[in-house]
Amino acid sequence: MASVTFEQATRRYSSADRPAVDRLDLSVGDGEFVVLVGPSGCGKTTSLRMIAGLETVDSGRILIGTRDVTDADPKDRDVAMVFQNYALYPHMSVAQNMGFALKIAGIAKSEIRERVSDAAGLLDLEPYLDRKPKDLSGGQRQRVAMGRAIVRRPQVFLMDEPLSNLDAKLRVQTRNQIAGLQRRLGITTVYVTHDQVEAMTMGDRVAVLRDGVLQQCAVPRELYRSPVNMFVAEFIGSPAMNLVTLPVVDHSVALGDWSIPVPREITDTTAGLVIGIRPEHLDVGGTGVEMQIDMVEELGADAYLYGRIAGSDNTFGQPIVARAGGQDPPPRGSRVRLHPQPGHLHFFDLDGHRLL
Amino acid sequence: MGVAQRAFKPNVLRGVVLYATLTVIATCALFPILWAMSGSLKTAGEVTMPTLFPAHPQWSNYRDVFAVMPFWRMFFNSVLYAGCVSIGQVFFCSLAGYAFARLRFRGRDTLFVLYLGTLMVPLTVTVIPQFILMRVAGLTDTPWAMIVPGLFGSAFGTYLMRQFFRTLPDELEEAAILDGCSPWQIYWRILLPHAKPAVMVLAVLTWVNVWNDFLWPLLMIQRSSIATLTLGLVRMQGEYTARWPVLMAASILILLPLLLVYAVAQRAFIRGIAVTGLGG
Repeated sequence: MASVTFEQATRRYSSADRPAVDRLDLSVGDGEFVVLVGPSGCGKTTSLRMIAGLETVDSGRILIGTRDVTDADPKDRDVAMVFQNYALYPHMSVAQNMGFALKIAGIAKSEIRERVSDAAGLLDLEPYLDRKPKDLSGGQRQRVAMGRAIVRRPQVFLMDEPLSNLDAKLRVQTRNQIAGLQRRLGITTVYVTHDQVEAMTMGDRVAVLRDGVLQQCAVPRELYRSPVNMFVAEFIGSPAMNLVTLPVVDHSVALGDWSIPVPREITDTTAGLVIGIRPEHLDVGGTGVEMQIDMVEELGADAYLYGRIAGSDNTFGQPIVARAGGQDPPPRGSRVRLHPQPGHLHFFDLDGHRLL
Repeated sequence: MGVAQRAFKPNVLRGVVLYATLTVIATCALFPILWAMSGSLKTAGEVTMPTLFPAHPQWSNYRDVFAVMPFWRMFFNSVLYAGCVSIGQVFFCSLAGYAFARLRFRGRDTLFVLYLGTLMVPLTVTVIPQFILMRVAGLTDTPWAMIVPGLFGSAFGTYLMRQFFRTLPDELEEAAILDGCSPWQIYWRILLPHAKPAVMVLAVLTWVNVWNDFLWPLLMIQRSSIATLTLGLVRMQGEYTARWPVLMAASILILLPLLLVYAVAQRAFIRGIAVTGLGG
């Protein structure tokens, strides 16, 4: 096991006008589970492939442990990768797939058998060892791909959206299995996903990327509570955080008939700002700003109210989402009052950076 | 019921039209073979008459084939030449196809286009230089003259294999790279086992090509002991006479191994045509 370090690592494609990964500085601790998350094209998979050696590093360095692997061959990096489509060898059985890397490395057959058997036991794959990948279900294939990585006992696991081909129920189940397995084996893991729920539930830390640039890397709770910018604030959490741009007047901003006091150190520097509040931090009912409900999304335990809030001219314009209890949510077309829970407001400047 | 009937009728009609068209095409394609088969069972007097079924089938025509030509010797020669060239084509074309599809090197695509351009040069243009090369190398009238020119691949075969290798997912190769495979191991252990359909197409097409080839053996081979079946067939004809029924019987016998090869490889062949994009 070892740490993984990106030092100003950059990857440029000749056909693109900006780097796919731009001066990435990130350190993954020994035995840590770090998730790279972001929208399509943010550079998360490219970053993972840079660790694997499947992408060249145009500038900067990548270290595994203390060893600089920037120019090392993939086979010399001691990493194992689980691909999005698993990339199992269709002409080989499950056992052959799992033992192939060891066979190439010239390890004795008896040891290969033993290690494959151990991994198969860990992943409940013993009954399928003689089957070909085409005879397995999606979940079983995913476990074979994991097994193929485990038998190698690498220093680092790399996983590229390994759950994206599974159905929702199996995804949750496998997500817990992978996280549990990683903790049991203690192998440093870098995991790529575009699913923020997957990122928040699996990672010791989560790194959010956008346009090849690292936005924030923190433990899931910190990402949720203190996003460093509007992009992270919107990306983490579902439904996304409500963001409203407002002018500052007399050290406060007004959202409809709701006046929000703003600390003086902020109002002294800007004439406008963006207020952020998550749907779950808006209390529905009682007093507060009025909301016209356009749609109700009932999820059982909760219901999300999608609508618009009343502006100063008493017209409903600003879109907003609020969470209500699932028992008896207000109906579509009705009007409710929203009140923000104290201490859950986020302030961003007009460029999107966090102010407090 | 009404809806089901409406949906059913066009399907039946379409099926009838489709099968009728295919039957006409198949009949046109098979008629020469049927005619040769019919002729092979006729007498010398009957062979020019426009009847499909001989009055008294002359099975002895088939026996006579073996009497008038060293059939098994020539059969062995044809199998040897077609087999060697097919194996060589599969090996070298798949290697070159892998390189053009998967390896990155400077000038790769330009080189490939140039190589592909050789397909535009007709055989008649190169046949004399090739003959001279063979003569200089001292290979004329030897089995090597039949094997060497086709052994090291062809632009068509390379194109076919390249197209197939391009259809395989990159992740398969990348997984092999991370598993520690060298380029040769990736080709041999991972990609080639997947290329069975394309290999079958190339092998069958090459086999048929060499088996049916007449011009090149005619130029290269003088001795009967190393001649191919196609040469044997021609040498059965005299300057002024030909025993047409025996000739037809020999044609049918020469055709049988090809039908056998196709029957064995049919499924892989059709799949290969589909995956390599050779089909219309």
